[in-house]
Amino acid sequence: MVQFYYLGVLTIRADLLAAIVSHARADHPDEACGVIAGPSGSDRPERHIPMLNAARSPTFYEFDSGDLLALYRELDDKDEVPVVIYHSHTATEAYPSRTDVALAGEPEAHYVLISTRETGPDEGPFEFRSFRIADGVVTEEPVVVEGTT
Amino acid sequence: MSVEVRVPTILRSLTGGEKVVTASGGTLAAVVADLDGSYPGMGARLLDDSGLRRFVNIYVNDEDVRFLAGLQTQIADQDSITILPAVAGG
Repeated sequence: MVQFYYLGVLTIRADLLAAIVSHARADHPDEACGVIAGPSGSDRPERHIPMLNAARSPTFYEFDSGDLLALYRELDDKDEVPVVIYHSHTATEAYPSRTDVALAGEPEAHYVLISTRETGPDEGPFEFRSFRIADGVVTEEPVVVEGTT
Repeated sequence: MSVEVRVPTILRSLTGGEKVVTASGGTLAAVVADLDGSYPGMGARLLDDSGLRRFVNIYVNDEDVRFLAGLQTQIADQDSITILPAVAGG
């Protein structure tokens, strides 16, 4: 029997990684969320689009439904896709919660989780991890950072 | 009433990969029933026992149907319908 393994990786520029972490710190203790868009089919995250967390909650995030439609229209117009969908956990580890898994609707996206539990809004250590979430299965993948901030 | 329905990536396995499909119906509920007839399984992905699933957004002419009449929203010829899964989690 042949078995297939997901051998993915998230390759992301250092300045985009820093922008995500900075957004997570700024919104702490609420969860921050957003997208890094990239050209369709490229798997290359290029354009940071911070989104408002309509839930304004330390334990939940949700894109506003109007913002969501505007976002997808814009991506379609530019022939882009949400290569990365990120959100922060502010009191727990950077690993998808049961809710994250149940609601994950983009099987081709890299789901990035950041945890600010250690230092909150301040500079310091943070967790930054990337996952695929498809059909209820979470697969962690390595993160390769390119360039410097 | 013939309308265009934009289908999100996650539901394109049901439409043979099609991003935009056509459907008909005088209300959103009828359009969903028509979609389920053409693409079996679609109904269950959009609805549960209480109606439109909490984490599925449907827009008629760019308006979230939750701010219209939900599944009873009237659909006119040439209206455009967009389905998007919520981007949400805990």
